[in-house]
Amino acid sequence: MSTAPALIAQGNDSLREAFGKALSGLADEFKNVVVLDADIAGGTGVHHFRKSHPDRFIQFGIAEQNMMAAAGGLAATGFIPIVTTFAVFCLRAVEQARLSLAYTRRNAKIVASHPGLDVGPDGGSAQALEDMAAFRAIPGMTVISPADATEMQLATRAMLEYDGPVYMRTGRSPAKQVFGNDHTFEIGKGKIVRDGKDVTIVACGVEVARAIEAAELLAADGIAARVVNMATIKPIDSDLLTRCAKHTGCFVTAEDHNIHGGLGSAVAESLAATHPCPIEYVGVKDVFGASGEPEELAEQFGLTAPHIVKAAKRAISRKKKAK
Amino acid sequence: MAQPIPFDRRAPVQSKQPLKALPPNLVSDLQASAAFVRQHAIASIYHAGSGHPGGALSCADVLACLFGAELNFWPDAVNDPQRDRFVLSKGHAAPALYAVGAQYGFCNKREALKLRKLNSPFQGHPHVLDMPWVETSTGSLGQGFSVALGMAMGLKLHKSQARVYTLLGDGELQEGEVWEAAMCAVHHKLDNLCTIVDYNKMQSDDLNANIMRLEPLAAKFRAFDWAVIEIDGHDIPEILGALRRASSTHDRPSLLIAHTVKGKGVPYMEGIPTWHGSVKLTREQAEDALDALGANKEQIAEYLA
Repeated sequence: MSTAPALIAQGNDSLREAFGKALSGLADEFKNVVVLDADIAGGTGVHHFRKSHPDRFIQFGIAEQNMMAAAGGLAATGFIPIVTTFAVFCLRAVEQARLSLAYTRRNAKIVASHPGLDVGPDGGSAQALEDMAAFRAIPGMTVISPADATEMQLATRAMLEYDGPVYMRTGRSPAKQVFGNDHTFEIGKGKIVRDGKDVTIVACGVEVARAIEAAELLAADGIAARVVNMATIKPIDSDLLTRCAKHTGCFVTAEDHNIHGGLGSAVAESLAATHPCPIEYVGVKDVFGASGEPEELAEQFGLTAPHIVKAAKRAISRKKKAK
Repeated sequence: MAQPIPFDRRAPVQSKQPLKALPPNLVSDLQASAAFVRQHAIASIYHAGSGHPGGALSCADVLACLFGAELNFWPDAVNDPQRDRFVLSKGHAAPALYAVGAQYGFCNKREALKLRKLNSPFQGHPHVLDMPWVETSTGSLGQGFSVALGMAMGLKLHKSQARVYTLLGDGELQEGEVWEAAMCAVHHKLDNLCTIVDYNKMQSDDLNANIMRLEPLAAKFRAFDWAVIEIDGHDIPEILGALRRASSTHDRPSLLIAHTVKGKGVPYMEGIPTWHGSVKLTREQAEDALDALGANKEQIAEYLA
């Protein structure tokens, strides 16, 4: 009888695993990458890097504030430090990221696994629903939330090629494959992944797959929904949003995050300045999460495709009333 | 422009000159530098109308020893990867850092009097994008220590012989991040990291002992396995000797506990915590302080012009 525990953490099809494998694969090309870990490498995906490049893997213990600020010192000596921990523990070190990485404009990257309700059974204390809002508010900080393993791989490379501080979300749970091998990624650019004229659904992270599912449900009702994958939350792709506003006249935003301060807010800020139109927000409605499987939580907190469908219909009816 | 005294730490430890063979004028030169640092800091705080004099005056001798004798760091070496790094973790002592920088040619003495002014690079706390020679931006206590630690790690990865020095305030030690870094520096055997505590026993509102006691301070760091040296932070030969001992420490970081007097050199400030905080100096107070710090009438007039 085996006494070894099954490591639930290292599922094969999660965004964090995709990130960990991508980073390990890019490490020989980006020779100045060092990975910083706070005793959680098995959970963040960087166990791959620890195995492939142990001499560039730095253990900080369970001490995220020191790790975050020390990344500034490593960057100052010419390395590209990749700070890795859970999204909720990045929140613990926001001020270190602000002063020692962003204010100093260091070429350092923060890669956060376990964001949002996607964390699942660990419960409300572990589910970061505020991280994109916090990091988006820091001047000069780029915020990225890729949608699937293919995009995660591309985003990891783009993040390393970009010179400046980046906050990137991965994900704990198995993520649906959204994109084919021909997918491309550029920081600051959103992408129309399905076209339509009645409403634009702007989504990031795990909500992109749900947005595509919602568009299919809407199509059955005769509604043509456009789906935009907005993998970069900051800087937001204002040009694309303006074009979508002109073409479709109303929006739904969908994110595994508090509706305050994240993708929805970024979209609203942008459109308010360029082409105001009705926006409905799908996300966690300013409450904390709870234990449960990710799909159960998504249903309970209103993040699934049927919720996006309802929001789209509300947005369309507001658009019609406004005419 | 004052030149740092050549003080070759790159030589093997056994060939280093014993302290008694220091260049003959070194101690008096550094004392003069420290006096300049204090005078300039007072003058800039006077012009700014705000700033923290107490903790700037207490660390002047340590800063003079670092920039004048210890650091392999010169104005033309600001981008040299092999330079020693100094991080002022107690960022509110910025007036003293700018003054020592001015003394050793990193910035202009007259410009550095524009402390805290609009569009001046001499911000209330050091900012590396304004002045690369300050190495990182500080002002949120605890962070400079971690950044210095990260630099020490980076230099080790580069197999560089360069060293990293960081100066912390005593009140700063109440930040939890400091103890995270203290544990980490030992775990990673960062013997290229020398941390100095400006132990003036006071913080913003009151004595450390009344706010949150730090004692037994040396024992705390020894328990973390640091190489701890306690010194009189106003005694130049003692500071130099301790820095020398620290640089020959192997396999662990070193901590210099510099016992100092808050407001050192200005009798009406010495030992009074209210001179820690950001204060406005009157012309009379500034004149009295500069006089006590050894400036003559012409110098005082020039400083306060």
